[in-house]
Amino acid sequence: MNLHEYQGKALFAKYNLPVSKGVVIFEPEEALKACRDIGGSKWVVKAQVHAGGRGKAGGVKLVDTPDDAIEFARHWLGKKLVTYQTDSNGQLVNSILVEECTDIDQELYLSAVIDRDSQRIVFIGSSEGGVNIEEVAENTPDKIIYEPIDPLCGAQPFQARKIAKILNLNNAQTKQFVPMLQNLTKLFVERDLALLEINPLVITSGGNLHCLDAKVSIDSNAIYRQPEIAEMHDSSQEDPREAEAARNDLSYVSLDGNIGCMVNGAGLAMGTMDTIKYYGGNPANFLDVGGTATQERVSKAFKIILDDPEVKVVLVNIFGGIVRCDLIAEGVIAAIEEVGVNIPVVVRLEGNNADLGSQILSQAGVKIESINNLADAAKKSVELAK
Amino acid sequence: MSILVNKDTRVIVQGFTGSQATLHSEQAIDYGTNIVGGVTPGKGGQVHLNRPVFDTMEEAKKAVNPNAALIFVPAPFCKDSILEAAESGIELIICITEGVPTLDMLEVKKRVDELGVTLIGPNCPGVITPGEAKLGIMPASIHMPGKVGIISRSGTLTYEAVKQTTDLGLGQSTCVGIGGDPIPGSSFIDILKLFQNDPQTEVIVMVGEIGGTAEEDAAEYIQNNITKPVISYIAGQTAPAGKRMGHAGAIIAGGKGTAADKITKLQECGVHIADNLVEIGSKVAEVLSKT
Repeated sequence: MNLHEYQGKALFAKYNLPVSKGVVIFEPEEALKACRDIGGSKWVVKAQVHAGGRGKAGGVKLVDTPDDAIEFARHWLGKKLVTYQTDSNGQLVNSILVEECTDIDQELYLSAVIDRDSQRIVFIGSSEGGVNIEEVAENTPDKIIYEPIDPLCGAQPFQARKIAKILNLNNAQTKQFVPMLQNLTKLFVERDLALLEINPLVITSGGNLHCLDAKVSIDSNAIYRQPEIAEMHDSSQEDPREAEAARNDLSYVSLDGNIGCMVNGAGLAMGTMDTIKYYGGNPANFLDVGGTATQERVSKAFKIILDDPEVKVVLVNIFGGIVRCDLIAEGVIAAIEEVGVNIPVVVRLEGNNADLGSQILSQAGVKIESINNLADAAKKSVELAK
Repeated sequence: MSILVNKDTRVIVQGFTGSQATLHSEQAIDYGTNIVGGVTPGKGGQVHLNRPVFDTMEEAKKAVNPNAALIFVPAPFCKDSILEAAESGIELIICITEGVPTLDMLEVKKRVDELGVTLIGPNCPGVITPGEAKLGIMPASIHMPGKVGIISRSGTLTYEAVKQTTDLGLGQSTCVGIGGDPIPGSSFIDILKLFQNDPQTEVIVMVGEIGGTAEEDAAEYIQNNITKPVISYIAGQTAPAGKRMGHAGAIIAGGKGTAADKITKLQECGVHIADNLVEIGSKVAEVLSKT
């Protein structure tokens, strides 16, 4: 689960990390009070969306008057911001962060992720900030440091000093950086983060370290023990069908094709998409109905798949492991009748009682192609989608 | 022979009295698995499925001397259960539960490694040695004893590979689901090592998916250490970047972890690739016929 910049910075502030004074607004008129509360004569206004590349897309602006801040908010609130990281529809802007202006001397990069190889939280630092870190890693690998943190010992001061060398920090800045790294680690662990990125981490004209941006992502598996963060969830930043699926404990990802897929198991769901592609078709979605494909879940899944106007045919691929295929067949028929499916449905059942399941499907009054061989079922779906 | 589990494995089930644990323990017992008891805190002294229930692993260890633990407890309690099993002196822990927080696994993995305990999972279908023991949630009926060793990050995809090799009469030595999480207890390499040393296993099927570099690491290991033929299928060739595909670990991040990269690397290292999910079994038969 991703957080907005203003939410990430609020968390940063709780961990004594240096962030700009800022106020989030949801209505244009609030900009005036925000500017006055912050003080000064220059402000930065930033559209809040779950995507990077906002600056280049016009979603970040330096303003000299509160009126300009109001104007910016009027322009963006309720509109969608399209950046190189969003799809062509963009992301809805429903809040704006108004911040004091920071004079920047230098831009650096700092992030932390869970690294699968070392099985550690790893900090990534670079003297090249404000740019795409993948490019830095590619072109100038000596300007990047990867520092793993031991899960039991936590971040040690020497590790901060090591990173500080690569960031080219002076002694005073290094002294600021030691508690910063330890606080970031504390934040990462206590709040179950999956990713944190400060791009850029800046040195101000006064010579101090300052977090100018905050990208924070939380481990979805740990949301149950992070009630404060669960409250920050903004479903407007997600694909509506994906959000609806998540509410029903279904795993759904929207794709560009026209063959709707309903599969049990994440691996098999990916495998089914690949098989469709292999035979020349295009999957409309990834959908894992889970291990227990009950009628209720199958109905929900059909509704979500059919909500996509591009879908011309639905391929149901269930490997009945523990669940019996005859029960699944009855569930599929009931779901089709309940939802009112008007497009062809191809069903492939395999596993426990698969033959009985197919028999039930073929005798049903609804229009279902029952094909037990996955290759043939995929080919049939591709043909029907043309 | 087989790997990890066989008919002599003495299994203790943690979270024994829960509904999922009960369902799958019943099936495991029917299959002939030697389940010697279970642990559910607060229910010690009870009898469940004709087996004793204990409050703690320590008591269970003393009373019925299990050497493998099968975990069905809910995700928030898995860290505790895995560590309890590891500290009790058990050799093998299989955690079925999905949704364990990643940071819990960072700590757990470090500790089980220190103790020299083998952990399989979490978020996995478990381990089965056909005809001998079933420690997991896989459907028994599709398996048959044989010569193919199967390792997979996904449950239902494993079943596809199993079914196809059974239909062709090849059968399986042992099937291991290592799970779809970013920090799995055991890696492909850990299991490949075991299959290499198992005389019953003549050929290995490795079912991978997008995300991380576990398949690439395995590819290099195979090239240098595995003399048995390896067939691989990688799921997620059509998956978009940046989206988590069901499994917590199945995400293409920062341009890394694509199916294409994995397949290229595996091929470079001499691994046979099944291009299509439905061709895993036939690819195994084809490779075997040439050796």
